Amino acid sequence: MKKVIMGNHALSYGAMLARSQVIAAYPITPQTQVVELLSEMCADGTLDAKFIKVESEHSAMAACIGASAAGARAFTATSAQGLALMHEMLHWAAGERVPVVMGNVNRAMAPGWTIWADQNDSLSQRDTGWMQYYCASNQEVVDTVLQAFKVSEALSIPSMVILDAFALSHTYEVVDIPEAAKVDAYLPPFRPLYKLTPSDPRAFGGLTSPEHYMELRYKLQKDMEKAPALIEATGREFEKIFGRYLGLVDPYLCEDAEIILVTSGTAGYTARVAVDAMRAAGTKVGNLRIKVFRPFPFEAVRKYTAAAKKIAVVDRNISYGHHGIFSQELKSAVYGHADGKPVFGFIAGLGGRDITPASFKEVVDYAIAHEQPEAEIVWIGAKI
Amino acid sequence: MIEIRFHGRGGQGTVVASKILADALAQEDNYVQAYPEFGVERRGSPVVAFIRIDSKPIYDKSRIYAPDHVVVVDPTLVEAIDVTEGLKDGGWIIINSDKKPGEFAFPSKFKVATVNATEIAVRNKLGSLAAPIVNTAIVGVVTRILGLTKLDSLLKAVGDAISIKPENNKTAASEAYEQAGDYC
Repeated sequence: MKKVIMGNHALSYGAMLARSQVIAAYPITPQTQVVELLSEMCADGTLDAKFIKVESEHSAMAACIGASAAGARAFTATSAQGLALMHEMLHWAAGERVPVVMGNVNRAMAPGWTIWADQNDSLSQRDTGWMQYYCASNQEVVDTVLQAFKVSEALSIPSMVILDAFALSHTYEVVDIPEAAKVDAYLPPFRPLYKLTPSDPRAFGGLTSPEHYMELRYKLQKDMEKAPALIEATGREFEKIFGRYLGLVDPYLCEDAEIILVTSGTAGYTARVAVDAMRAAGTKVGNLRIKVFRPFPFEAVRKYTAAAKKIAVVDRNISYGHHGIFSQELKSAVYGHADGKPVFGFIAGLGGRDITPASFKEVVDYAIAHEQPEAEIVWIGAKI
Repeated sequence: MIEIRFHGRGGQGTVVASKILADALAQEDNYVQAYPEFGVERRGSPVVAFIRIDSKPIYDKSRIYAPDHVVVVDPTLVEAIDVTEGLKDGGWIIINSDKKPGEFAFPSKFKVATVNATEIAVRNKLGSLAAPIVNTAIVGVVTRILGLTKLDSLLKAVGDAISIKPENNKTAASEAYEQAGDYC
């Protein structure tokens, strides 16, 4: 069934269709409608879930961890300062290996006070052990919530489904809402190997001496390494049922491209418009949108950038004192594989500044004009 | 692709108008993208909403800077702001007003249409006399002048979107649709 819905409601529909059993969330702009719709769905019986009102995001994640440990499918959503407040619990969820799925609306970190999009909130959680999916359309948001639960539950690793503030969260698009019976076939009920239950008492996350801790972390990493293949396999399985593939990356005209744009989020779709215009003018450019950031899709990135002469990464984020974060990751992915191919790093769109087709034209013009970047960061659209 | 910008004031249902139009267009297998101005809204302050319409998937997620047409839900905004900013030559300026198009001093490169949506809304008891809800009349006008969808699709979208006085809202949309026929 096709419906015109906003990105925030796409998260709500995803959580509903996944038959989430526990939802604990705290409202924050621009995520609020996710929680509003889910609370309505719980109240009117559309969704048979326990909705837990909490006093903070830290508690929201703590409640989801407890629910997941007890064997319930748990969902929450947040943004920016709320995600930062959860930070301790994010480590806890991944360390305890509970497959919680969380929507995060990418909002820049304050101060200066802001409600607009950039990726520094979610990328600040890079090393917490969560998988991260960056979406470019409301359709992808609904679909990815379903896939995220499937992959998370198979690997016992939590997932974050991420969408840009306003450009998706408050933007209405046509979404083909997956049919419930088909979703049930794709995503069967959560059946954890171990769960918190009085009849079979166990300790979760207990004191772990130096004798055992390192092996737990080794296992988390080993399971994370299984994720790329599983994401591709569950993406194909999804495609068989729903006709839409959900992969690690979304390549657009990369095969014969001399310059490859590397993008993420909604900017990764806007880039396609720029690519079409530049192709029409004779410039061989392609766009590789990174959908999954953790685990990082090393092989897919190497494959699609192999034939290009230059790589131009556009980051809507920054690691102060270093570079844009996707550009660092790209450099580490192609190091030793790229024959000295230059990786240009651009920063654009911080704090909700718009990233337009003209922004990508500027990026590509710079990459054409320079054999090597003049600096590790080239700023796009900044008043400097 | 057609890009339209709506100018209204917080509380008039401008954002809802763009959503209803998107719903109606989606029924006829168009791709649509509708969004409010990215930020905080206050009752009575100028608000903007946008819609993109295409027969193919819409990948451009940047904001609309050069709309094909603009819709002015609140006529007092014509004096307060430049509603033609970025408007493409030949584009429609559709205004909720009791004036005639010739009474507005817009450059001749734009086409101007006026329909008294406020009168239609008040007569159909939508909102109050002081704060009429004009959005359903407005979408009727826009649909007709721009030839976007069939009236039936619009009325279904109005019925689906509005739970308070749905029949009055449908009547307002139909009446506005008929009146706008003068410009077609």
